[in-house]
Amino acid sequence: MKNHIKIASGQGFWGDLIDAPYQQVTKGDIDYLVMDYLAEVTMSIMQKQKSRDPKLGYATDLIDLMKKILPITAKKGIKIITNGGGVNPVSCAEKILETAKLLNIKSLKVAVVLGDDIKDRLDEILKQGCELKNIETSEPIIKVKDRLLNANVYFGAFPVVEALNKGADVVITGRTTDTGLTLAPMIYEFGWKNNDYDLLSAGTVAGHILECGAQSTGGNFLGDWQSIDNFAEIGFPIAEAYPNGEVIITKHKNTGGKVSIDTITEQLVYEIGDPKEYITPDCVADFTSIKLADEGQDRVKVFNVKGKSETEFYKVSCSYHDGYSSNGSLTYSWPQALTKAKAADKILRKRLENLGLQFDEIRSEFVGYNSTHENLAVELNEDLINEIMLRFSVRGKSKEAVNRFGQEIAPLILTGPPSVTGFAGGRPKAKDVVAYWPALIPKKLVQSMVKIFKLN
Amino acid sequence: MKIKLRDIAHGRSGDKGDAANIGIIAFDDDGYNIINKHLTAEVVKKHFAGICKGKVERFELPNIRALNFILHNTLGGGGTVSLKHDAQGKTLAAALLRLELVV
Repeated sequence: MKNHIKIASGQGFWGDLIDAPYQQVTKGDIDYLVMDYLAEVTMSIMQKQKSRDPKLGYATDLIDLMKKILPITAKKGIKIITNGGGVNPVSCAEKILETAKLLNIKSLKVAVVLGDDIKDRLDEILKQGCELKNIETSEPIIKVKDRLLNANVYFGAFPVVEALNKGADVVITGRTTDTGLTLAPMIYEFGWKNNDYDLLSAGTVAGHILECGAQSTGGNFLGDWQSIDNFAEIGFPIAEAYPNGEVIITKHKNTGGKVSIDTITEQLVYEIGDPKEYITPDCVADFTSIKLADEGQDRVKVFNVKGKSETEFYKVSCSYHDGYSSNGSLTYSWPQALTKAKAADKILRKRLENLGLQFDEIRSEFVGYNSTHENLAVELNEDLINEIMLRFSVRGKSKEAVNRFGQEIAPLILTGPPSVTGFAGGRPKAKDVVAYWPALIPKKLVQSMVKIFKLN
Repeated sequence: MKIKLRDIAHGRSGDKGDAANIGIIAFDDDGYNIINKHLTAEVVKKHFAGICKGKVERFELPNIRALNFILHNTLGGGGTVSLKHDAQGKTLAAALLRLELVV
């Protein structure tokens, strides 16, 4: 068994710094590169792409990335684990193998984790008495079934471990948890068992720290953010993991950013619920047990993590189509910028009313004044305001009404308050609203599968 | 005595569906004692009156000197349903740091 392994985070979401994975595999030694591409609504976007082209539905950025890094990872023996397979991990794997062929990397083994996509199995699952009730509203999924865009089960680390056991160099999954991507290599390398709950929780906590990329190395740090050095070349986090569950969070030397107890702590509290019950498919980690210790420059030890047995359910991430929305904006300058923007808002509302358009919600925000902190924003002395952007948005069931709203923004320039600009790029168009439907499914109703792909 | 929360703590916020999570972290043990005593769910709910339309849940993480708050029904529907400029509640931790605690 290795004394320790280094697991590097390469992406915090689909759209993160494109070159971060390249930096991770070139600026120092690592054993694993893990990349999280999936946010809650990403799967529905991918499902839409797949419905237009059956060869799409995965994080297409991955292919350009593979061209760049596969020669390096193949040479160094770095394994790649990512959930960027989205709703079409098989096509993703095939495309990666095509890329490997072009690069003359003939021995590459790509594993695909399957079984998380239950959209086509829905009738069968409903028949077995599982209503996939919305966790927040308790309504059964039948209510939105005809508008359903995707339904994917969150798998944990163990299907990825199976892939590694089968000799995979690259593991492509669909809806695997962000934390599972990081935990899997620890289970694989150190032989942790599926009831080593403290160890599984330790790996899960490391996964939580890595899953948002540079958010643990100084990015979005609300403490003394100006003390963070060299954001431009920020280093992404690396978990140096030990068989006893201790993990050192660090980053490559000669990169920007900072790893400190403060930067790690901010990431620990990010998007958590009850800290004693951090539920994953692998275990339930207790975040109140975590201890942190400063181990020198850009090194923080995470240890003492406790946890307990996993639950009998997988979480299911579903999304459905729920109408249309659109937004447009105009910028008003000094003098009386806010007063002008507020007047424009009133005019626009009156015109929408006169047109008889029906919306579920109309919202106006004044960027530069209250668009982030709403009624907590302090009153401004209007003489000191240089400019205000009116951001106006609507949401409704009728695509026609939402598009009609889009035709009412530009006219305000010639038919409303003065010193206004910032309208460019055409009329805002109605966008599909994708609503999220979180549910639970008994684990026994779902089975993961691992398939290996290689060049003939 | 009044203490500005931003003088004794930092934090981070994000989304969980239509709920926002705000983690508040004290800079030191004294700060944690103050927030643990005075930064109650009621205080947070009152601060976000008109923004948080549901209940506020509060959890303690004394091991990292942090409190975690879940603000239900806060993000205008969450995800792509929300029309809010800050649909994911990314700026709400800073919004809570505006608070002055009376201690």
